[in-house]
Amino acid sequence: MVVGLVVTVALVGASLFVGEYDIFGADDGAEMFGITRVPRTIALVLSGAAMAMCGLVMQMITQNRFVEPTTTGTTEWAGLGLLLVMIVAPDSSLLTKMTVAVATAFIGTSIFFAFLQRVTLRSSVIVPIVGIMLGAVVGAVSTFLALQTDMLQSLGIWFAGSFTGIIKGQYEPLLVVVLVVIAVFIASDRFTAAGLGEEFSTNIGLNYRAVVLLGTGLIAIATGIVTVVVGNLPFLGLIVPNIVSMFRGDDLRSNLPWVALTGICIVTVCDLIGRTIISPFEVPVSLILALVGAIVFIALIVKRR
Amino acid sequence: MITLSTVLRKYTAEVAIGPVDLEIPSGGITALVGPNGAGKSTLLTMIGRLMGMDAGSITVGGLDVSKTPSKELAKRISILRQENHFVTRLTVRQLVGFGRFPHSGGRLTVEDERVISEAIDFLRLDDLESRYLDELSGGQRQRAYVAMVLAQDTEYVLLDEPLNNLDMQHSVQMMKHLKRAAEELGRTIVIVLHDINFAGHYADHICALKHGEVVAFGTPEEIMVPDTLSSIFNTPIDVIDGPRGILACYY
Repeated sequence: MVVGLVVTVALVGASLFVGEYDIFGADDGAEMFGITRVPRTIALVLSGAAMAMCGLVMQMITQNRFVEPTTTGTTEWAGLGLLLVMIVAPDSSLLTKMTVAVATAFIGTSIFFAFLQRVTLRSSVIVPIVGIMLGAVVGAVSTFLALQTDMLQSLGIWFAGSFTGIIKGQYEPLLVVVLVVIAVFIASDRFTAAGLGEEFSTNIGLNYRAVVLLGTGLIAIATGIVTVVVGNLPFLGLIVPNIVSMFRGDDLRSNLPWVALTGICIVTVCDLIGRTIISPFEVPVSLILALVGAIVFIALIVKRR
Repeated sequence: MITLSTVLRKYTAEVAIGPVDLEIPSGGITALVGPNGAGKSTLLTMIGRLMGMDAGSITVGGLDVSKTPSKELAKRISILRQENHFVTRLTVRQLVGFGRFPHSGGRLTVEDERVISEAIDFLRLDDLESRYLDELSGGQRQRAYVAMVLAQDTEYVLLDEPLNNLDMQHSVQMMKHLKRAAEELGRTIVIVLHDINFAGHYADHICALKHGEVVAFGTPEEIMVPDTLSSIFNTPIDVIDGPRGILACYY
């Protein structure tokens, strides 16, 4: 745990001090540090931890190792909500955008879960395929709408999740996900029990449906907010819980700090890579994540077989 | 005491369970036996409130299972289903710890830890307690599940075919553990069994089901009679005096 903390702090520190602008040399270095580096790093920490936890909660609820917000369409739904707001009321506040994105994410995730309950195809690989298909359909609707309304470019920029544009005054809504993280921690045993099945949960006196609903709500809030502020962070919720599970099993309560730390580390590393490989320009973090995530995803499927 | 009065569950116009009227006495092991599709598991699941019924009522220790809050019931009755394939990776001790959830809501007290250790010792799992479930053999895993329902510390324990997938040695051990739990811990155990001889040897009462109805209820001596068994299982069955008690022969 201590080692994990040290590594995370080191990475976060690196994130604070890596960049084109010379924060020590220039006169307004300290100011720039406060305006861009600190917000960017806080955003990295919060969204990394939140998306990793969302993946874990989702995997518990669906009892499937391969689901996370980007393989179940949750992110695409949030994106659709965001797009609708931009079309209907382009000048609306960040709060409105977030609320709508959270709402559509919730609806979309509920549809996915309802679908899963109806068709009991628990084959572990089919479930994420269904989710990815659902996400593709929603994504196609978004693209069509964007095409019709000349918003394709904004959509493209948004889909490529990136921390580049995170500056002071734009990242603050992310602080809400701290509450989500706390809620997940408090309800952690319930989610672990839900991961053991509906009958298991009922046997120990839990209301399974209530736990699923709570989980869906928390996932929607975190995904919706991260989506609006940062964008799409693919595979993060998939790789982190699986890596942690390999070493430490699935007891949510004792694992949550690990999941959060690993999530933070991976996002930070990917962002650092994105920031440095073609410096002074940047590659969106989602690009790096998708690359890393896809490799890990395939490795997991091969290993399970 | 578990009381079922006119319990009914309809599947189609022809296929239905019940109406069942049954009293399962407190203490000891009661075995539910019968041919495939007789409704043994369904009945057990309804008693354990995992499945609703279309008519009738079930009380367990005086509590109506369809009206009492699930949380309260979890302290009086525990049920283990047959299929337990968990994706979640937990250690034996973590799993058994979930048995304490109804009592402590997840924050384990010193008392909880003591009960967990006792349940683990009771099923002789002490060497395996920090192993992950997916690293265990079928028999060890089955023991871990049973330890979990014992840690739940309920007066009534319902088990759906706990001998499924166990070899001879582990089946016998499991039944001995359960017999001990009934005698030493004073639990009332209701168990679905496939092998009539296990029921005849270890159970205190046998309840025979056929076509969704109770066709016989009594002590093993009362049920283990050639005519009764033959008609329950639709197979000619003889009962002989073996070296360790009566045995049904149907091979």
